Amino acid sequence: MKPIPKLPAKAILVASLMSLTGAGACAQGTVYVSSEKDDALTMIDATTLAIKGTIPTCKRGRHLQLTPDRKLMLACSDSGVADVIDPATGKSLRRIPLGEDPEAFDISPDGKTIYVSSEDDAAAVFVDAATGKKLKEVKVGQEPEGVKVGADGKLLYVTSEVASLVHVIDTATGQVVKNIKVGKRPRRMAITADGKELWVTCELDSGVTIVSTADNSVLATLKFEVKGARAQDITPVGIALSRDGKHAFVALGRANHVAFVDVASRKVTDLVLVGKRAWNVALDKDEKRLFVVNGLSDDLTVVDVPGAKPIKTVPVGRVPYGVVVVE
Amino acid sequence: MKRALIALALAAALFETVGSVHAATLKATLIGLEDDPRLERTRLERAYLGHAGGPAIDGVQVALAEGGFELDAAGATIALSPATARSIEAARAAAQAAEKAGAAVILTDLPADWTLAVADAVKLPVLNVGAPEDSLRQQDCRSRLYHLLPSERMRSDALAQMLTSRKWSKLLLLIGPSPQDQQRAATAQASMKRYGLQVVASKPFKLSTDPRERDLANPLLLTASNAYDAVWIVDSDGEFARGLPYRTVLPRPVVGDAGLVALAWHAQFERYGAPQVSRRFFKAAKHPMTDRDWAAWIAGKTLLALATAIPKGTPANWAQALAKTSVDGSKGLNLSFRAWDGQLRQPLLLTDGQGVIAQAPIEGLLHPTDVLDTLGADAPEKLCKAAAR
Repeated sequence: MKPIPKLPAKAILVASLMSLTGAGACAQGTVYVSSEKDDALTMIDATTLAIKGTIPTCKRGRHLQLTPDRKLMLACSDSGVADVIDPATGKSLRRIPLGEDPEAFDISPDGKTIYVSSEDDAAAVFVDAATGKKLKEVKVGQEPEGVKVGADGKLLYVTSEVASLVHVIDTATGQVVKNIKVGKRPRRMAITADGKELWVTCELDSGVTIVSTADNSVLATLKFEVKGARAQDITPVGIALSRDGKHAFVALGRANHVAFVDVASRKVTDLVLVGKRAWNVALDKDEKRLFVVNGLSDDLTVVDVPGAKPIKTVPVGRVPYGVVVVE
Repeated sequence: MKRALIALALAAALFETVGSVHAATLKATLIGLEDDPRLERTRLERAYLGHAGGPAIDGVQVALAEGGFELDAAGATIALSPATARSIEAARAAAQAAEKAGAAVILTDLPADWTLAVADAVKLPVLNVGAPEDSLRQQDCRSRLYHLLPSERMRSDALAQMLTSRKWSKLLLLIGPSPQDQQRAATAQASMKRYGLQVVASKPFKLSTDPRERDLANPLLLTASNAYDAVWIVDSDGEFARGLPYRTVLPRPVVGDAGLVALAWHAQFERYGAPQVSRRFFKAAKHPMTDRDWAAWIAGKTLLALATAIPKGTPANWAQALAKTSVDGSKGLNLSFRAWDGQLRQPLLLTDGQGVIAQAPIEGLLHPTDVLDTLGADAPEKLCKAAAR
């Protein structure tokens, strides 16, 4: 990858921001789903819930996220890159090298830095989004997975599945400032709207560990229960929070359900049956619909949020992983 | 840095400079066989499924190395020292020496009777990583003896479950000549009975090209004159079994010690973060991770779980905590020890050597408390009379 000179990179950013404002009128929403074994993104029309097509991309696409300038960014574990795709055209804009076996990432609030979990190197890697240059590599516990930037961008949270830790990393210095012991096999994280709580899904703990972002202490552990399923079979992974921070949606993996949680009381309000091994989740803009990818049934379940009911299941690629809604 | 830490701790243990000053270091000794015949070059090259792929120390060290961060975060340290024994007496002496030097846990990769001798020679918990014999989980069980490697019964239960789910219920059983084969065949038959499978014929086989012994040695003659859904072969040596698939009279699958084999691990397992574990192991040990390697690795993970749960513990604390310890073996579930026989509960993988065909317990199987207890001796069978952990 050739480093791109700084000035044009900024120009690209400005240009893409402009195209965003230009495309604002386009209300038609699209749901994008990454799948590990297709090297493609599947597009679903958010209104009709019909498949619109696929976008070929890099190999073994996993974590999918929107950049601050509303482009799709997909981490490809086998290609070792992030593919940046313009949702307006469905075309790849550029590929950013992310190092060996990237799994998940998050982006700094200014969009300039990508923080990647590098599963093979047991490291959190800081990558310059414009040049693709590796800025820093922070050693963490084995099999790092979830990556989350704190509300103000100063702290970075990375889970290690093997060490059952959340590493708190100072983004300025690249130092691990704290290792927080959480439940077994921590996977994904979400930060509450007020920025005060970090919710960490723990796959082999059938629960969520709730951490205070103020002092990195564990505030509570929320355990899920599903009628007819044993604790061993409740393996939470994906998590999303409503914009007002009142509701959390947690995919329960092998329990084949999504839990709706009242954030204030930390109580489960609803359980919705979805496909096999519910993995990651995403809400649409008005938070009426929740999209759940089912890793072992190769489909996506659309859930009606107010009614807490599944309304449709759409077949997507092989071993679907991540989901993002663009409206 | 993690490596350095282990090396340092290791060196300290070897020179016996660690006295009561660093009482919080969890010291463990792994006792293996001197000139281990399982590790002879030609044996390793053949890579029979279910056989050792390399020394057990590799798996333990990979686990300890990957736990560096966890240990640092908890302020805990582990010192692993290897020992080898040429005889059962030497194994006993090595265990006693380790106990005297302050070891909290003994790991053994030894034959069954040696393992038992070690367990009886010390008052420490013993983690068995190398002996699959059911006797150690049944009549010869001990309260302080824990098993990381699945028992023979667990493996044959897994296969029987798979055959039952396929409705391949009529079996031709071929049994090798060694006493171990006789024992394992009896175990296989217990599993067949448990899952309602039927043995249409049971025949001994022999590795030979002598025309006078062809009835025992020729796969076509052995597999003619019966109707069966599958051939179950018990061959602890492995050479005859390897040559059996596709050499049967009827076009039927071979299972047992070739064809489809039930194992604790296979390097091609794709789920639950398993590829990362296999990759880390391969990087360190330079050969694919076998089920024996997994057992050694999970023993290392068990030490890590103990040390990080009680960083400033004493051997007595750790011994007590062991029974309640659970570990993540990258097989999708939390794994724990059975209270009645010290066996680590675990899913097994059914593999043809190229990939993982199925996992046991087979989906849909039910159990009153834990479906993992459908593999191996269950509590109500009361086969182990030692005090429950």
